[in-house]
Amino acid sequence: MSAVTAPSSSVWDQVRSYSPPARFLPVIVTFALFLGMFGAGGLRYDGFTDPQVFLSLLLDNSFLIVLAVGMTFVILAGGIDLSVGSVVALSTMIAAKTLALGWSPYLSIVTVLVVATLLGTLMGLLIHYFEIQPFIATLAGLFLARGLTYLISVESIPITDQTFSELAFRTITLPGGYYTTWTVVIAVATVAVAAYVLARTRFGRTVYAVGGNEASALLMGLRVAVVKVGVYAISGFCAGLGGLLFALYTLSGYSLHAVGMELDAIAAVVIGGTLLTGGRGYVLGSLVGVLVLGTIQTFISFDGGLSSWWTRIAIGVLLLVFVVVQRVMTRRQP
Amino acid sequence: MTTTHEEPPVTATTPVPGERAGEPVIEMRDISITFGSVRALDRVSLRLLPGEVHALMGENGAGKSTLIKALTGVYSIDSGTIVVAGEEHAFATPAAAQAAGISTVYQEVNLVPNLTVAENMLLGREPRRLGGINVRGMNRRARETLDRLGLDIDPSSTLGDHPIAVQQLVAIARAVDVEARVLILDEPTSSLDADEVAKLFEVMRRLREDGVAIVFVSHFLDQIYEIADRMTILRNGRLVEERMVADTTQLELVQLMIGRELEVLDRLDHEHTRTSTDGPPVLKAIGLSRKGSLEATDLSLYDGEVVGVAGLLGSGRTELARLLFGADTADHGSLEIRSSRRRLRSPRHAIDRKIAFSSEDRKAEGVIGDLTVADNMMLALQASRGWLRPIPQAVRNRLVGEYIEALDIRPADPQALMRNLSGGNQQKVLLARWLITEPEVLILDEPTRGIDIGAKAQIQAKVAELARRGMSVVFISAELEEVLRLSDRVVVMRDRRKIAERPNDDVSVSDILEIIAGHGGTPSARTEEESSRD
Repeated sequence: MSAVTAPSSSVWDQVRSYSPPARFLPVIVTFALFLGMFGAGGLRYDGFTDPQVFLSLLLDNSFLIVLAVGMTFVILAGGIDLSVGSVVALSTMIAAKTLALGWSPYLSIVTVLVVATLLGTLMGLLIHYFEIQPFIATLAGLFLARGLTYLISVESIPITDQTFSELAFRTITLPGGYYTTWTVVIAVATVAVAAYVLARTRFGRTVYAVGGNEASALLMGLRVAVVKVGVYAISGFCAGLGGLLFALYTLSGYSLHAVGMELDAIAAVVIGGTLLTGGRGYVLGSLVGVLVLGTIQTFISFDGGLSSWWTRIAIGVLLLVFVVVQRVMTRRQP
Repeated sequence: MTTTHEEPPVTATTPVPGERAGEPVIEMRDISITFGSVRALDRVSLRLLPGEVHALMGENGAGKSTLIKALTGVYSIDSGTIVVAGEEHAFATPAAAQAAGISTVYQEVNLVPNLTVAENMLLGREPRRLGGINVRGMNRRARETLDRLGLDIDPSSTLGDHPIAVQQLVAIARAVDVEARVLILDEPTSSLDADEVAKLFEVMRRLREDGVAIVFVSHFLDQIYEIADRMTILRNGRLVEERMVADTTQLELVQLMIGRELEVLDRLDHEHTRTSTDGPPVLKAIGLSRKGSLEATDLSLYDGEVVGVAGLLGSGRTELARLLFGADTADHGSLEIRSSRRRLRSPRHAIDRKIAFSSEDRKAEGVIGDLTVADNMMLALQASRGWLRPIPQAVRNRLVGEYIEALDIRPADPQALMRNLSGGNQQKVLLARWLITEPEVLILDEPTRGIDIGAKAQIQAKVAELARRGMSVVFISAELEEVLRLSDRVVVMRDRRKIAERPNDDVSVSDILEIIAGHGGTPSARTEEESSRD
């Protein structure tokens, strides 16, 4: 057991001896927390530190990872997107319904992504051009998307399509006999693409600029409109993609799927070190944020004796702690 | 004060180098803009020639900023035309104006604090490789531009970690990096110290030689005479005249700008007479210090006196004010208010003890743009009464009306939105905000920065009047003449500590400069100018 926890403590030593730029600190803190939790789990429960547990963590949270990526864009630009949970439900429903109607699975996938992206774009347009508070505009989106889901069907629709089932069940074997699924590959690829876009493209840097000071960004001649609408389009797209992953995970479309998942996504982003006021944060932090949330759940399922509501309590406490830590850290800066 | 320009050649009908080049780069004709009921610009024209520094002159509220924002696509114009290089244009966005070669540096730093210096300089036109931003290339290019300007700033550092003056220079570096045909500098010097101003002028001269048309707005007349070739004078949203700088005396210029005689300023000169230090001090600081911002400082303030604080940017003058007001907490030392020892843990404590503080950074720490003038004025009084005890409408109307009149706030409309007011008028509203609370001690940090002569004189007159009526005032200003004109006593700061305190009987600007210079370092360009003005 102690041999297993050794790596995490040596990483911690490295973190301590190397003094990173202040802007990376929140992500590092989150990462350390994640390692600490994993280490603690390893000490307490047999088999907790088995790499397959980690892979399952990714598998069980692939849709949340994708949602958190979209949410990171929106929050970095100084906004918020409450609609994503409902859009996930709508996406599962559209996929299930169209497949039940006998559409080609590819056409079905494209339809889901287009509808979700359009919804996001629509909210972005409202927020930017009519200067509606993001909270209100996306709250409207939340109700609209959930309502549309009921409109399609009140009942749960199972997905029996060949392609979908294959995608859901086919595993990729990794060295050492571990396995993962395509959904994980898609989620990780989304994170990678998003990280590149945010760090290395003009669009991505403008997202940070808008979150830092929108008026200045406008005066600097940056394309504020494109970015402000764009982040909601991206969040919509991610919600659609997340919805597809969720449909693969549950193999059904249902109007009560993903209720409140937008809040999990926001929690993951904040725990991942992104400032809710915008302009600071990294998509990698959001990934670790999701993993922290997932680890809490894994804890509870390993323990067996704990009520699943402890997950919520733990998330609540973590969220509070992180917001306070962020506050203290940003106040220290000159 | 004579200008630094040579006399125009007698034979030349066109003394500006650019005019030989002929065509104006930009011609704005009969521009009008209206905000709500406020006519901000009324058929104003502006001509910019290549290779000239063109000063845009006028009081606050004259329409300078509005005209600039009309040119740069921030505001859309109601009527009139903008001709760029012979073609009619209307810029819908700042990006469109930038694409046409018009870049702007605003008075307040308009950059993003959370990105690096290099990103702030190059965002929107950063070098790219394989579709992504080439970070190394971007830092290199930023470094080259900064080197060219003689600025030693790390391009990969975060902008927000630098002081405001450095951020302003980065803003200028950003504007210079663009292939600009027109560079607009809207009061770029108000937060720069003399060395930095000299540096900026160097850059401006080089750009002028390259044929760039530079619009320069500054309230420092000496700076205008040092650098500008031609000027356009505005008053109350209307065009007064376009003139050659070399053909206009400062007195003429000021008269053109404010359209009335300068009797206010004259009357004020040397009005200070009292230096009485009888009785206990209202406010006494004993060894007040805070790590990294102020070394141990003593200061006593007596009833009805104005204590002027002189010192360059970063001398600790603002830090002193913040400690006296409890906006920052002191590490060591103590404060006595009317001889009893107090700890000011927050501005709230200070307000309760009848101390008021008007911050130098009015944009960030004072003005609430989306509220009306009346709301902005009543804020401090309402806060000190507590929100559960509303101020009766009648009292409110009376107070607001009184102060709008007393301070000559324009537009004289209590319901006007604060953000539609000019800087000088906003400053007057902030002054009114604190005067309404009837403080015993008023701390004013740069109350006249970036505002015009007319409003400045009115604020100075008000301060003198308040002191006559028994209020104690700490008056902080970068302009030494102003400090000397108003104060009974002068405190000189340097390197974050008090280095001298003199009764203001026979102190001159050059005396103070000598005190500042005498403590090591050399007097810089602007202070030399100021001493020559004496």
